[in-house]
Amino acid sequence: MNPRRFFLIATPYLWLLLFFLVPFGIVLKIALSDTAISIPPYTPVLDLAEGWAGVKAFFADLDVENFTFLASDPLYITAYISSLKIALISTFITLLVGYPIAYGMAQAPDEWRPTLMMLVILPFWTSFLIRIYAWIGILSNEGFLNQFLMSTGLIDSPLTILNTNIAVYIGIVYAYLPFMILPIYTALEKLDVSLIEAAEDLGCSRFQAFWLVTFPLSRPGVIAGCFLVFIPAIGEFVIPSLLGGTQTLMIGKTLYDEFFANRDWPVASAVAVVLLLILIIPIVLFQRNEQKQREAGQ
Amino acid sequence: MAQPAQRPVFAPWNDPNEKPLIQFQNVTKKFGEFVAVDGITIDIFRREFFALLGPSGCGKTTLMRMLAGFEKPTEGQILLDGVDLAPIPPNKRETNMMFQSYALFPHLTVWDNIAFGLRRSEMPKDRIPARVEEMLRLTRLEKFARRKPHQISGGQRQRVALARSLAKAPKLLLLDEPLGALDKKLRQDTQFELMDIQEKTGTTFLIVTHDQEEAMTVASRVAVMDHGRMIQVDTPDRIYENPNSVYVADFIGDVNIVEGRATRKGDDKYAIAWAEGQPDIMATSNERIEQGTKVHFAIRPEKVAIATSRPTDRANVIEGKVSDIAYLGNISTYKVEVAGGRMIKAQVANERRLARRDITWDDKVFLSFTDTAGVILLR
Repeated sequence: MNPRRFFLIATPYLWLLLFFLVPFGIVLKIALSDTAISIPPYTPVLDLAEGWAGVKAFFADLDVENFTFLASDPLYITAYISSLKIALISTFITLLVGYPIAYGMAQAPDEWRPTLMMLVILPFWTSFLIRIYAWIGILSNEGFLNQFLMSTGLIDSPLTILNTNIAVYIGIVYAYLPFMILPIYTALEKLDVSLIEAAEDLGCSRFQAFWLVTFPLSRPGVIAGCFLVFIPAIGEFVIPSLLGGTQTLMIGKTLYDEFFANRDWPVASAVAVVLLLILIIPIVLFQRNEQKQREAGQ
Repeated sequence: MAQPAQRPVFAPWNDPNEKPLIQFQNVTKKFGEFVAVDGITIDIFRREFFALLGPSGCGKTTLMRMLAGFEKPTEGQILLDGVDLAPIPPNKRETNMMFQSYALFPHLTVWDNIAFGLRRSEMPKDRIPARVEEMLRLTRLEKFARRKPHQISGGQRQRVALARSLAKAPKLLLLDEPLGALDKKLRQDTQFELMDIQEKTGTTFLIVTHDQEEAMTVASRVAVMDHGRMIQVDTPDRIYENPNSVYVADFIGDVNIVEGRATRKGDDKYAIAWAEGQPDIMATSNERIEQGTKVHFAIRPEKVAIATSRPTDRANVIEGKVSDIAYLGNISTYKVEVAGGRMIKAQVANERRLARRDITWDDKVFLSFTDTAGVILLR
């Protein structure tokens, strides 16, 4: 192998090793440790000064106690399940909202498309945190939405949306919508118009043509979009903590509380490791889908 | 040319009792200011293989898309079996189309592609497999039924597209440049296959093409189009031998065109004065041409004979000098410079080996042709 090729192939692996595997190893190590009132707040700490005996003692002290603790405490299990549920539901809603937008963009005249694309990406130019804060102003009892609805006479008393799961759904759908729209749009835009004409020519109504041709052919985009929304949504922390209420239980928030409120690094690390394992499943599925798509494209 | 008398000639367009399948009645299609189809009136008959021939942008594809239902005429009517097509959407029309890009559904197998239209039709579910098998046999695709479109070759894809569009047994099959994506050899084979399938199924075919050879090979009648109008609609041989205009003569095949003034010399004989000091070209025309009218005389290169000595039995003999020879294997084309620097092409079948050719560059030669070999064109 010539050095140039070796370098090219080695770079991503080195990157992964340095910025993923090593930190993950550290987190895993903390997860296997015990909490302690010290700096750092866990034991054991590897002391190389004691030589081989020190290393041995270090490994002897590691155990999976924190993981068994997670499994025994229903709080964590409910938090994981609740996160999965919220992520699934909001992914589904994002798909329902995003697909028609992507479809509309793909149908728009050519000269409009770059502008529409810009509009979809535009929110990224503002800080994520600020945009979520803005929703507090919209959804609160004295917020714009309630003021508007009351001024039109649709409701008499303000709706309680903020600090409920509904606000979390709104926040997630809003924040991740572009990640749904863009891959679906890309899939739809590539679609040959003559395929739809052929379907109609062969006896399909407009709706049948959509359902039998357009939708199946945009499926790779739909799958990509769903993963792009689902994966970050499951570990979402900012949205549930700003918009959600006390009953909103999400694993990202639990993780945060464990680290900063409880200062229990080992349990927090165990929560993170389990979350990663849960996420690896959809990520592997996602990769498979990408792979299949590439093969089909050839 | 005399046809063998015992075989009836297929020419429903000459039969006044024959009812046309498709009638275009003064059809115009405008896209904004642009007139794509300009007042076309034409009848197409059952079992015809009708070719729309013309350069790109001449309106032939628009004409076809109006039949399929993807475009609506701005003015005029299109009738299929006497029924106005205008209010009928594409999915309710008894026409099917084979798309230029084939438009095969990439997510479906060859089998499902062919069955696609049948499943949307009235056909009972249990009869669909038999029909699909029949189509697969017709197009020799039995072995590829389970493949996806991207797993088969271009020629096979072309046949899938044909099978899919024929499956519903449409009254009219529209073919949009069906062979455009195939290489030359495959295209020629497929042309005969198309004719074969058309004959077997008895379907009326309407083909859009810019390839004159293709149109001439497959079609029973050819319509030569330009700028949204049909310049000439006729059988391939008449289009070739009796073009009605310089445009048609020039578009179809190779041709020599000489401009001159016509003088009547008896019944249908005319003398065309075309160059100072040269004998007039003698030609015939059924049309009555006024004295001194400016005309174009068109003659196909293969109808011009070339010789080293002056022939005595031909009505027209022109002297010239060989300026170029194009050797094409089976034939050679001689470009001969005649009076006034004009070039006239003569095409000769290479009956002898090249080494024994007796005419070469810069030779003085005599071009000759009879007085019925060419045509006089008024436009």
